[in-house]
Amino acid sequence: MNDVCICLFAAPNFDKSAQGLAGAGRRLAAELDGQLLAVIVGAGADALAAEVARIADTVTLADQAELAEYQPETCLNALAQLCGERSPRAVLLANDTYSQEIAPRLAYRLGGSAVGDGVEVRVEGEALRVVRQVYGGKAQAVIELKRTPAVVWLRARSFAPAAERAESGEITRAALDIQADTRTRIVERKREAGGEARLEEARVIVSGGRGIGGPEPFESELKPLAELLGAQMAASRAACDAGWVPPTWQVGQTGKKVTPELYLGIAITGASQHMAGISEAKVIAAINTDPDAPIFKHSRFGIVEDYRKVVPLLREKLAALQR
Amino acid sequence: MNILVCLKQILDPEIPARDFRVVAAKREAERGSASLVTNIFCENALETALQFRERAGGTKITVLSYGQPSAEDSLRKALAMKADAAALVVNDGNTNPDPLTVARVLAAANAKLGTFDLIMVGREAGDWGAGQTGGLLAEMLELPCVSFVDSIESVGGKLHLKRQTDTGWETLAAEPPVVVTVTNDEHNVPRIPKVRDVMMSYRQPLTQWTLDELGINADEARAGNTYYDVAELAIPQKETRCEFVSGDTLDEKVEAFARRIIEVTGAM
Repeated sequence: MNDVCICLFAAPNFDKSAQGLAGAGRRLAAELDGQLLAVIVGAGADALAAEVARIADTVTLADQAELAEYQPETCLNALAQLCGERSPRAVLLANDTYSQEIAPRLAYRLGGSAVGDGVEVRVEGEALRVVRQVYGGKAQAVIELKRTPAVVWLRARSFAPAAERAESGEITRAALDIQADTRTRIVERKREAGGEARLEEARVIVSGGRGIGGPEPFESELKPLAELLGAQMAASRAACDAGWVPPTWQVGQTGKKVTPELYLGIAITGASQHMAGISEAKVIAAINTDPDAPIFKHSRFGIVEDYRKVVPLLREKLAALQR
Repeated sequence: MNILVCLKQILDPEIPARDFRVVAAKREAERGSASLVTNIFCENALETALQFRERAGGTKITVLSYGQPSAEDSLRKALAMKADAAALVVNDGNTNPDPLTVARVLAAANAKLGTFDLIMVGREAGDWGAGQTGGLLAEMLELPCVSFVDSIESVGGKLHLKRQTDTGWETLAAEPPVVVTVTNDEHNVPRIPKVRDVMMSYRQPLTQWTLDELGINADEARAGNTYYDVAELAIPQKETRCEFVSGDTLDEKVEAFARRIIEVTGAM
């Protein structure tokens, strides 16, 4: 009853998000004096299971045919069954698309309470409390969950990983009695070009905003700069909504929450909803014509100039310095 | 097709951070001079519904809100955007009810309004951003739910729902009835209603219910905190002092900027 159950979806490797989730789960389990249980849904996750087992007490792989590929309803049925059998005190998930889609419904089926986008989870007396940003990052709230289990999806990448244990936890395969729910079915999956490497995993990000002025400069100016820095490209909501770049590039409260070592914001004003997506970046730097642009309030260093003048010169300087 | 779009009226999220205050004791944002607007993702949902009606025809769109009496303005605007009917459940209790309460109220109002093939909500609201209403509503109505949808098409009796994922997009084939949560995309930027239509919308009928008329536990709904409570609300003090690179010429400034970048990336 004091156990913590982490839910993951099958992936080829133990990425920063999964590591953060396992780390958060391990620490919460220690605080509650319970075990850390892991559940992985989907096929092809043996390598991931082996990695998770170095942190968790037990790992359950649910990879039977009906669950091989993510389908919302079937997957939810499986997770409700798996978590239900384990009666944990808390269920933790990451903040990927599928976890966010499922978490509130999972809480409902388990009779618990959900809260999302958590940056901290703590035990206070009998209650579990979760810290999260609200009002587009302008404020921070502490939410107290009233029902059990607490189902929390986390900004997993900003949680520290846990140390590997001396002995790996046991890995078992679940054999669930589950019917495929065909009311909804994913009939097509498409990866966005450049979406191969995940923005959330990027160590350097070059990002453009409304001030870029159109799709072309992303290609002609920002892309060569990103290549030079080994960076991934991103954009503000304004640039995505204008159709200049794909929506998968969007960083902010409603886009990706990123955690790079360096976030270079170019012609981005830095509305709070955008800043909410980069609050965990180690260093923010900005190029903007307006010295009062809010992004500078969060930047370690900046330059007040037109990016059209700065970026070509910056590429030259960086190339020379890297030589 | 019968479509229900749920709308939430919120404090304008575009107000600058320097004008934003909270009343810590009440754990809510200070209204100040900010205007009240319809949550953008709810408007994206309505826009997606309107475009569906334009393509598929034979579709009725009803908009529903649970909120303060002022939420009537959000519904009137939706009517001006050409929704067909509107209903408001007036919240005379907790001004920030938890997501379970909201879903319970919407589910009850949904049942009073009729039967719907498609129920649409925004992916999250620009104020509390819980992102749970759609999922919880689907559970209460025992319907499937698809999140982060940005366009909907009717294909041979099924709905094709295109949705955004972390790495690209997916299309789901869904048998109505289904609940979807909607996200923004370049194609569902909400239309601006004509001034005349805004004026006309105030003459259109608008159904209003109190919590007591819904056949739910109204006192529990007024408390609005059986799922979760806001224990604290504060504005984090987190400002960095920005070093503006110096130099007499553009060349010198950019050189200094490049060096600062290398200091960070070189140490990685």
